[in-house]
Amino acid sequence: MNSISIQAPRAGVLVRRGRRRVGRGLPAALALLPTALVVLVVYVGCMLWTVRLSFTGSTLLPRYDWVGFAQYVRLFANDRFLTSAGNIVIFGILFITGCLILGFLLAVFIDQNVRGEGVLRTIFLYPYAMSFIVTGVAWQWFLNPGLGLQKLMRDTGFPGFTFDWLVNPDMAIYTIVIAGIWHGAGLTMAILLAGLRGVDSDLWKAARVDGVPAWRYYLSVVLPLLRPMVVTATVLLATGVVKLYDLVVAMTLGGPGISTEVPAKFVMDHLFERNNIGLGTAAATIMLIAVVSILAPWVYARYVREEGGRV
Amino acid sequence: MTAVSVRDVSIAFGMLRVFDGLSLDIEEGEFVVLLGPSGCGKSTLLNAIAGLLDVSAGQIWIDGRNVTWDEPKDRGIAMVFQSYALYPRMSVRENMSFGLRMARTPKAEIDRRVTQAADLLQITHLLDRRPDQLSGGQRQRVAIGRALVRDAGVFLFDEPLSNLDAKLRNELRVEIKRLHARLGKATMIYVTHDQVEAMTLADRIVVMKEQKVQQIGSPAEIYGRPSNLFVAGFIGSPQMNFVRGRLEAEGNRLAFAAGRHRLPLDAYAFSDRPEPGREVVLGVRPEHVEPGASGVWPGFTIDIVEPMGADTVVWCSDGTETIQVRTSGTRRVAPGEGLSLGLDAAQVSLFAADTGERL
Amino acid sequence: MRSRSGGSTEPQGRRPRRITAGRIGLYAFLLTAALFFLLPLWIMLVTSLKPMEEIRLGNIVALPAALTFEAWGKAWSSACTGLACDGISVGFWNSVRILVPSVILSIALGAVNGYALSLWRIRGANLLFGILLMGAFIPYQVFLYPLVRIFSAVGVYNSLSCIVIVHAIFGLPTMTLLFRNYYAGIPADLFKAARVDGGGFWTIFLRVILPMSTPMLVVATILQVTGIWNDFILGLTFAGRENLPMTVQLNNIVHSTQGERAYNVDMAATMLAALVPLAVYFVSGRWFVRGIAAGAVKG
Repeated sequence: MNSISIQAPRAGVLVRRGRRRVGRGLPAALALLPTALVVLVVYVGCMLWTVRLSFTGSTLLPRYDWVGFAQYVRLFANDRFLTSAGNIVIFGILFITGCLILGFLLAVFIDQNVRGEGVLRTIFLYPYAMSFIVTGVAWQWFLNPGLGLQKLMRDTGFPGFTFDWLVNPDMAIYTIVIAGIWHGAGLTMAILLAGLRGVDSDLWKAARVDGVPAWRYYLSVVLPLLRPMVVTATVLLATGVVKLYDLVVAMTLGGPGISTEVPAKFVMDHLFERNNIGLGTAAATIMLIAVVSILAPWVYARYVREEGGRV
Repeated sequence: MTAVSVRDVSIAFGMLRVFDGLSLDIEEGEFVVLLGPSGCGKSTLLNAIAGLLDVSAGQIWIDGRNVTWDEPKDRGIAMVFQSYALYPRMSVRENMSFGLRMARTPKAEIDRRVTQAADLLQITHLLDRRPDQLSGGQRQRVAIGRALVRDAGVFLFDEPLSNLDAKLRNELRVEIKRLHARLGKATMIYVTHDQVEAMTLADRIVVMKEQKVQQIGSPAEIYGRPSNLFVAGFIGSPQMNFVRGRLEAEGNRLAFAAGRHRLPLDAYAFSDRPEPGREVVLGVRPEHVEPGASGVWPGFTIDIVEPMGADTVVWCSDGTETIQVRTSGTRRVAPGEGLSLGLDAAQVSLFAADTGERL
Repeated sequence: MRSRSGGSTEPQGRRPRRITAGRIGLYAFLLTAALFFLLPLWIMLVTSLKPMEEIRLGNIVALPAALTFEAWGKAWSSACTGLACDGISVGFWNSVRILVPSVILSIALGAVNGYALSLWRIRGANLLFGILLMGAFIPYQVFLYPLVRIFSAVGVYNSLSCIVIVHAIFGLPTMTLLFRNYYAGIPADLFKAARVDGGGFWTIFLRVILPMSTPMLVVATILQVTGIWNDFILGLTFAGRENLPMTVQLNNIVHSTQGERAYNVDMAATMLAALVPLAVYFVSGRWFVRGIAAGAVKG
């Protein structure tokens, strides 16, 4: 019996390491083998392969020469890429803050004992069940100036109304933000609402006895409590930002011109259509670096610091 | 002077009526405990007094004012919660002053009150900590402190000690009692399901069950003269012994009879002299049974002995009735010994078997 | 919002509820938001039920004057994707053929992984899990090209089995995490009892652990069905021309440049493509939310 011990509680039961137990652990290790292979070949191998390719002059087919940072130099002189990078920053900031603010407001308002709460929740979250392609096609149709919102407003008595963002190179990226928020705000609401429901109801009673107004209660008491949920939602939204591809393809195809290009699309285009593997993989590597630098603080906060023991 | 007056209050959740016409008057400076098992409505009543819950009929008066429609903050009350309900990520000082800051109290006044309350509760050294850096006992002190700074006339406690372990519970119980004495005129309404808290703290206890008030009285009254079987069984540990039997007439005297046991009731103070022949339940507290070689009820045998240190609880039985007897801890008894039980009619309680009401 | 005027001057009974400005604002906000969220779906629906003339002249939000299901029929069986005009039904069945094995495979792998990682001690397991977790966040673009090379070399590129394997690979992180967290919540004593009773790795999994996993299996299924059905980039890259899933077909239909755009057919095709995940969403209700929350990398 003393060969079984309970260690770190979050990991559950652990069979103590030791030579005597290797035999028992063998089936478990075998079961994990496919995953280990995938991790090794795909998650590590393909990643390194991509990074390696970014230092080559590969075009249609991979070559394994060494051109140093030449592809990166080209990349940062490439208008299309610079536009893509700028767009993803604009999209990222507006999309995340938009989803968080709208999601928080929806969650708080829905938590006020409103009628039809279930129906409202369903309405706010359903877009998240749909694909980005569907989302993009729907919004493209709704926002197209010829037959969509603009025409609707003009027909209903605002002849001067103009909303041509979808075909305006300066504004087109914002239509993608709108469609993105439409798709993702419900998710943020659902996460924050789950957090709100976990808040001790005595706190609101205490606040009422203290004469704290509702808005102040939510800002000073609830919001700090929801920080873990806000972080989770932000991380989730942020990974969506980096992966942004389908929505652009369905809505604008990167246009008008190159005004709504994004990095993921840049990579896909260069890898599979423009036959420029070197440049494509360089852009992919930049995406990788961006994700890791966004993720690192979160991973640090979540795992390293927490496991360092809390006060 | 009446500090809190609940007048004919009904409370309903949707179609479900919780209280129907409940009234209760609480004097200024009084410590009243609402006691009952969970779900008896004691917290509901407290929340209604606080204004956290709307009444559907009736009025609530606090300090001579009809506050039925007033917001909680305008009622002159302060409240302490079971889960402490401290505002997270605010320091103790901020926690205590949040309400005052909301009310735009001058800063000097806020400081004065916070310092005073912190002094009184000996939490001055914790003022700059945050709730998650405090132990359970410290948190509840802070919660009490937050109530104190409100300078309220009425303090409401909603099971404040239930989340604490036994030792801390005892400490804080004494602390609350001391606080009440120190504050002098402060009225306290305290909800608990713990009879020890109720007995030790209360000037008056309101025993509740299933949304009904069962008995209102001083701890001594509640303990000594429980008004029905529920109160009798709910208060007291070990529990009161109950023996079913009937009233019999001996001439013009009444006696209790159960099987071959009899107890003349000359010394019993009936509220209403009942008819002989009535089915009754006799209740007697374990410490009011005198075990010995001679007694009115012979023929018992000791079953189990539970030594508790200061005293010993002896379970004895005559085959039909099992009676718990509390004796001195120094007395040596052993299972199997024969015993006679001595009872004093002045110290027993009699309840009607059908209604459970005290006779 | 009941309001009852107090007849007597003395406050008594229920506090009169005034309809406050705040309450009005709250409902106004919620209703506006509901409108914002519903409008695209509404427009899609009514557009798909209108003939083209009405769309060109009429109001985009108006109900169809001449209700017709013609566009739905066209979208299903004869819409053009640029290459062929077989409608989106081809994509629908492709998606089904991709979906079923992918969902089963990825959940099976995730459950076994989660079990092995949470209840058994294996050297290097934490490292494995750590990398897997990071993999969940890294954009596909980082892996795609080498993966294509590997699959070409093995000779399965552009096939049904290729896209199924790819879905299983990219489903690993979330599925493993989901089951690992769930199994970590199982009382340790239960697992110990099973060990003492002499259960081996697979016996314990199949007889003890799996029967307890129904909630997570449901959540995982919801997550994977919507996720895989809605996938675009993997299907586009790995499925091959014969097996393109519905999302890719839809995109091709919408962006095919032949002739005038038939918006009603486009919208009908879009509705068709959204049907399966919407059905999953409406049927599963709270489970769906639970699924996202669980998939939201809580580990």
